[in-house]
Amino acid sequence: MKTAFAVAFLGILISVPVWLDNAYLLHVLIVTGIFIIAAMSLNLLLGYAGQLSLGHVAFFGIGAYASALVSLGFKLTFPFEIEIQARPVWLAMLMGMTAAGLSGWFIGRIAFKVRGAYFVIVSISFVEVVRMVAVNWVELTQGPMALNNIPPLEVWGVTFLRKPANYWLVLGVAVACYILIRRLVCSRAGRAMVALAENEPLATSVGIDVTRYLVLAAVVSAAMAGAAGALYAHYVRIVDPDVFLFIYTVTMVIMVITGGKGTLAGPVVGGLIFGLLPEGLRAAAIAPEAQWIVYGLLMVLVVYFLPRGIVPAFTKIRG
Amino acid sequence: MTPILQIRDLSVRFGGLAAITDMSMEVREGEVLSLIGPNGAGKTTAFNAITGYLAASAGDISFMGKKLSGLKTSEIAALGLVRTFQKTSVFGGRSALDNVLIGLHLRARQTPLAILLALPYVAREEQHLRSEAEAVLRFVGLEKRKQELASALPYGDQRLLEVAIALAAKPKLLMLDEPVSGMNPSETASFMAKLAEIRALGITVLLVEHDMKMVMGVSDRVVCLSQGRIIADGTPAEIQRDPEVIRAYLGERFRRVVGGNA
Repeated sequence: MKTAFAVAFLGILISVPVWLDNAYLLHVLIVTGIFIIAAMSLNLLLGYAGQLSLGHVAFFGIGAYASALVSLGFKLTFPFEIEIQARPVWLAMLMGMTAAGLSGWFIGRIAFKVRGAYFVIVSISFVEVVRMVAVNWVELTQGPMALNNIPPLEVWGVTFLRKPANYWLVLGVAVACYILIRRLVCSRAGRAMVALAENEPLATSVGIDVTRYLVLAAVVSAAMAGAAGALYAHYVRIVDPDVFLFIYTVTMVIMVITGGKGTLAGPVVGGLIFGLLPEGLRAAAIAPEAQWIVYGLLMVLVVYFLPRGIVPAFTKIRG
Repeated sequence: MTPILQIRDLSVRFGGLAAITDMSMEVREGEVLSLIGPNGAGKTTAFNAITGYLAASAGDISFMGKKLSGLKTSEIAALGLVRTFQKTSVFGGRSALDNVLIGLHLRARQTPLAILLALPYVAREEQHLRSEAEAVLRFVGLEKRKQELASALPYGDQRLLEVAIALAAKPKLLMLDEPVSGMNPSETASFMAKLAEIRALGITVLLVEHDMKMVMGVSDRVVCLSQGRIIADGTPAEIQRDPEVIRAYLGERFRRVVGGNA
C-alpha cells in the first residue's frame, strides 16, 4: 500500500514535463526540487541528529561555487600561483559535493564540542565568513560580478540545458538523496544520531561516540546540500554571493519544520507546499502585497496546529 | 574472587566541596555489590566518576586491569562497563524496540559507507539485531510493549526498559543507580528476581539503592558511604550491625526492626 502510493507519486512526478506545457512553472518546480534536496539534507542534521544549522546555505553555496569554478577553470596568483583547467561538469559537481562535505567535516569537528545554541551561532558565523570570502576574493569568485556562463551538465552526449532535462536530473538526485538518507536513518548510524538528539547521556552510556556520529551527520548533510548547490549552479548558470543569503537557510528550515522534522517525507511535503505556495497565491489572484502575509499566516497556522509537522499529523490520523 | 573494578583513593571535588574523599573499594567478578548511604553521600558522583561523566580529582579507577582515567564514556562502555541513571532515562520519542536497538550499538559492525551502499551484510545484521532486541525485551518482560513509545510506558516499565537498554550493550559490569526507586513493592520483588537472573548470566552488578529490603536481599557485599567517605564494607549482616552505619544511615529503628531478629 505504502510502496504502491510512493510509486504512483513518483510516476506523477516523472510525467510532469510531459503534460506541463509551462516553462515558468517547470522552472519553479526545478528550483523547489533543488531546495527540497537541501531541506532533506538539513533534516538529517536538524530532525535526526537534533542540531540546528542556521548556516546550512553555506554548504549549498560552497557546492555551487566549487562546482562552477572547477567547470570553468580558474587561475590564482594569491596565496600561491595555481591554474586549474576547466573540467567536465559531472566531475565538477562531484568536487562541489566533496568541498561541501569537507567543510561539513571541518565545522562538525570544531562546532560539536559545543552543541545546542553554540552550534547555531557557529553555523551562522560560518556562513557569514564564507559569504564575505565570496564577495571579497574577487580573483577567485569574481565577487559581486558573479561567475557567469557556467556550462550545463553534459553526460553521455546528453546536455542538461533545457528545463525538462534539468527537471528529471533534479528529481533523480532528489530520489537518490532520499534513498541514501533512508538507508542511513534505518541503520546503526541513524539510530546513534537519534539517540544523541533524544538523550545524550544515555546514548554515551551504551557506547555511542557522540562526536563521531554528529560529524558523520554533518558530512553527509553538507555533501547533499553541496550537491543541491551544484545542481543550482549548472541550472541557472550564474552564481553570485547572494547564494549565501540567510533567507535560503530560512526557506530550508521552514520546509523541514512544517513538513515534519525527523521524518523522511517531511521535507518533501513541506518543501512542495511552501515551495509552490507563492505561485499558488499568485494564481489565486491575491494582491501581491498580501501574498507574503498569507504565506506567513499559513506557516504560523501549520506550526501552531501541527507542532510536529504535517507528516507526523497524518501518520497519527492513519494510525 | 578477582576484582573486576578497582577504585583506589578516588577523590572528586567540585570547587571547594569534596564530594568524594579517598574512596577505595573493589567489585569482585560475579558478585552483587551494593553502595548505600544517605542522600548526598556521593554514590551517584562515584558512578559518574567511574563511567567517565565526571573527571576524578585524584585517584585511580581500573576495570579488568585497564585504567579508565581519560577514557570517554563511550569507550568505557565498549570495555563492558555500563550504567543506568537515577532519574528515569529512556529515549522517550522512540518505541521500546528502538530503545533496545540503540542499546545494541556496540554489537553492530556496519560502517557508514556500507550503510550508504546498502551492502547485503547490513540488512542481515539489522535482522539479527532486531531478533536480539526482541530477546532482550522478552528477558525483562516487555515483549508485548515493543511497539509502544517509551515515554508512553508506565513508570515501572520505563525502569525495566532502562535495564534492557543497558543489558543490550552486553555489560560485564552493570551499574544500576536506584533501579527500583518509585516502584511498588510487587514490582520491586519481581525486579529482585530479575536481578538474580541477570547475575546468572555472569554479569557483575554494582547497585546503588535506598530500598534496604532489596539491598540486604540481593547483595553479597555492601559498602556504605557517608559524606564522601567509605564508613563500612562487609556482608549485609555485618553492615546491619555496624554502629557507624546505623548512626549515619540506617537509624536506630532499623536495628529494632531488622537487627532484632538478625
